Amino acid sequence: MDFNDSPEETEYRATARTWLEKNAAEHKAMNHADDMAAGKAWQKRKAEAGYAQITWPKEWGGAGGTPIQSVIFGQEEAKFPVQYGYFTIGLGMCVPTVMAFANDETKQRFVGPALRGEEIWSQLFSEPAGGSDVAAIRTRAVRDGDDWVVNGQKVWTSGAHYSDYGIVLVRTNPDVPKHKGLTMFWLDLKSPGVEIRPIHQMSGGSNFNEVYFTDVRIPDAQRLGAVDDGWKVALVTLMNERLAVGGASGASPKEILALAKDLDAADGPLIQDSAFRQRLADWYVQSEGLRNTRMRTMTALSRGQTPGPESSIGKIIAANVLQDLGNAAIEAEDQYGIINDPALLPLKGLFQGAVMNAPGLRIAGGTDEILKNIIAERVLGLPGEIRTDKDAAFKDLAVGR
Amino acid sequence: MNFDYSDDQKMLKDEARKFLAAKCDAKVVRGVLDNADRAYDEALWKGVAEQGWLGVAIPEEFGGLGMGHVELCGLAEELGRACAPIPFASTVYFVAEALMKFGSQEQKAKWLPKIAAGEVIGAFATAEGKGPVTARSIGTSVSGGKLSGEKIPVTDGDVADLIVVLAKDGLYLVEKGEGVSAEVLTTLDPTRSAAKLTFSGAPAERLGNEDGIAAMQAVFDRAAVLLAFEQIGGADKSLEMAKEYALSRHAFGRAIAGYQAIKHKLADIYVKNEVARSNAYFGAWALNTDAGDLPLAAATARVAASEAFWFASKENIQTHGGIGFTWEADPQLYYRRSRQLSLVAGAPATWRERLVSQLEMKNAA
Repeated sequence: MDFNDSPEETEYRATARTWLEKNAAEHKAMNHADDMAAGKAWQKRKAEAGYAQITWPKEWGGAGGTPIQSVIFGQEEAKFPVQYGYFTIGLGMCVPTVMAFANDETKQRFVGPALRGEEIWSQLFSEPAGGSDVAAIRTRAVRDGDDWVVNGQKVWTSGAHYSDYGIVLVRTNPDVPKHKGLTMFWLDLKSPGVEIRPIHQMSGGSNFNEVYFTDVRIPDAQRLGAVDDGWKVALVTLMNERLAVGGASGASPKEILALAKDLDAADGPLIQDSAFRQRLADWYVQSEGLRNTRMRTMTALSRGQTPGPESSIGKIIAANVLQDLGNAAIEAEDQYGIINDPALLPLKGLFQGAVMNAPGLRIAGGTDEILKNIIAERVLGLPGEIRTDKDAAFKDLAVGR
Repeated sequence: MNFDYSDDQKMLKDEARKFLAAKCDAKVVRGVLDNADRAYDEALWKGVAEQGWLGVAIPEEFGGLGMGHVELCGLAEELGRACAPIPFASTVYFVAEALMKFGSQEQKAKWLPKIAAGEVIGAFATAEGKGPVTARSIGTSVSGGKLSGEKIPVTDGDVADLIVVLAKDGLYLVEKGEGVSAEVLTTLDPTRSAAKLTFSGAPAERLGNEDGIAAMQAVFDRAAVLLAFEQIGGADKSLEMAKEYALSRHAFGRAIAGYQAIKHKLADIYVKNEVARSNAYFGAWALNTDAGDLPLAAATARVAASEAFWFASKENIQTHGGIGFTWEADPQLYYRRSRQLSLVAGAPATWRERLVSQLEMKNAA
C-alpha cells in the first residue's frame, strides 16, 4: 500500500501540471454556444498533447498510458476550471463500442474527430417503457434493401441536442425473446426523420432529450455487430459506462465545512454544533471511502485486471451523500434555505443545486435499486430476479405504463 | 501509487487464514465464551506466537520480524475474521505500539522481545468509568514512582503481565504484582476478557514524556487502524455467514437469498464493508509511513469500520431469523465482538468528533 506517487508518477504529475498551467485558459461565465466552443477547443488541445484519452493506444490517438496516469491527470485538471462534460459519454462509452465492432473504414473516419472534440456522440438506448429494463426496446427497425427503416422513440438521451452522431439499439426481431432480437447501429443524428426534443428536468436544466424516429433510414453498413446480436454489443457499452459514470461532482464535505464555519446555528457557528459534526464525519467517511475505492479500482486496472461490478458502489454512495449533504446545508440555512437564486446564496447555490440534481443522479446509469441487485447477483452470487419474460417472444410480453 | 496488498503480503495473509481456519474455528471461540474462568485460548495464543505474528511489526533488533504495519494489518484482518479469543490487540496494537512510539531504548529492549516471543501479555488501561476519557476523567496519579487509582474496564487486565496506565501526567509502565489487583468483569463479549484494576502504590515507570491525553490519543490512533482491520475481517465473515445461510434457507418455495429485501440488505453490507476497507487501506499506509495524515486517516478508518461491523453483525442475525438469536448459532459471536471492538479504543462518536477536528485543522492550514 503506497499512496505516494512513484518517481515516474511524480514526474508525470509535474509535467501534466506544467502543461495545464500553461494551457488551461480561464473559464468565464458564458452562454451555451461559447461554453461548447471552449469545451471543444480544450479537448483539441488535450488531444494534441496526448492528454485526451490517456489509456487509449497511440494508434487511435491516445497516449498508451496507464490508468494511474489518467487518474493523475484528472486530479491535476480538476484544479483548473476546464472540465467539460460534452465528451464523457462519447469517448467513455460510444466510441469504444465503435472501436470494438465497426469496420476499419468507420473507425478511421470517426475515432480521431471524436477524440479531438470535433464531433460529439450520444448513446440512444433508453425508451419510455424501458426504465431499468434496458432490453425492453420497442423502437423497430425493418430491413428494406440495403437500409433499415427505423420507427420509435428513445428517451433520457444525454446531450443529443448538441451531438452529431449516436449509437442506437433497436428491435429487429419481435418474434424471439427480448434480448435476442436487438441490433446496434451508429447513425448521424441529423438524418431525416430524427427529431430531438429536450426534456425539462425538475432541476430546471435540460441535459436529456426525447428522440423520435419517423421512417429514419440507416444503411446496413452502419450496423455494429451481427443482426439480432445487439445485446452483446450493448453490454460492451454498458461495461464502459461503469467506468465513465459515477463521479458526482459539486457539493462535498469540504464545501459544507466551509459553509458551517460561516453559518450561525442556535448557539454559535454551525461547525460547533455536535449533531452537525457527527453527520459531517459520516459524509467525509463515505466520500473518502469512495475516493479510495476508485484508487483500488485503478490499481486493479493497472495490474491488467478487469474492474468488476464493484464500481457500482461509487454511484450509490456519491448520489446519496450529495442528496443528504445538500439537504443538510439548506436546512442549516433555516428559512433562507428555500431560496434558489444563485446570486443570493452561499457558493452560488451549490447546495440547492445538489438537492435538485441528486434525484436524477440516483437514477441515471442504473437506479440505486438496480445497482444493489447487480452487487447482490454479480458480486455476491445471489439468485437473479424471477423473470417471466426470459423465454417468451418479445411481441407476447405484457405491456404496462 | 498502489492501493492493495503486495503479493508477499497477500501470501502472508492467506497463510494466516489457513492457520486460523485450522486452529480457531467456532468451537475454539466458544471454548472461551462458555467458560467464565477462561480469559483466552492458551493454545491459540501459543500457536500465534510461534508463527511470529506478535512481532511482525516489531524491529528485528527487538526480537521481531521487522516486516511492517501493512503486514500486521493483514494479520489483524484475519484475526478479526476468525473472532480469535486471544489478547492480541491489547498486547500488540496497544502495548507494543505504545512502547515503540514512546519507549526508551532500555524499555524497548526489555519488553519488546518478550512481547514478540509471546512471553508477556499486555493491557492498556485508560478508562475510569462511563464516558470518553478526558483530562478531567483521570484520577489515577503517580507520586514518588508509585501509582494509585482505579481503572475500569481494562481489556485483558486480569491476565496482563505488563500494563500501560494513563495517569494524570502521562503514560506509565506497571508490572503485574505488588500494588496491583484485578477483579474480573462480566462483559458483552466474554471471548475478550476485561477487569477492574486497582492500583495502590504500584511501582510505575514513566513511558515517554508526553502529556497523558495526547500520548493516549497517539496510541489510540495507531491501534484504531489495526482494530479497523479486525473489524473489517469480522464484517466480511458476517456477510459470508449471512450469504451462506440465505442461499441454503428456503421459504415460500425458494431460497431466501432470492428475495430482493435480502439481496439489498446484503448489498448494503457489502457497500459498507468496501467503504471501510478502502479507508482502512489509507489508514494502513498512514500508519506504516507514520504520515502526518495518520490522525485523520485513523479516525476515518475507525468510524467506517465500526459502522460496517456493527451493521454487518446485526443484519447477519436478522438474515438468520429466529435461529440467529440462539446461543448455538454463531452470528452472536460476531455481534458481541463488534461491540467490543467499537468501544475498546473509544466510541465512534468520539472518533467522529476527532475526525472533524482534524478536518478543521487541515482546512485551516
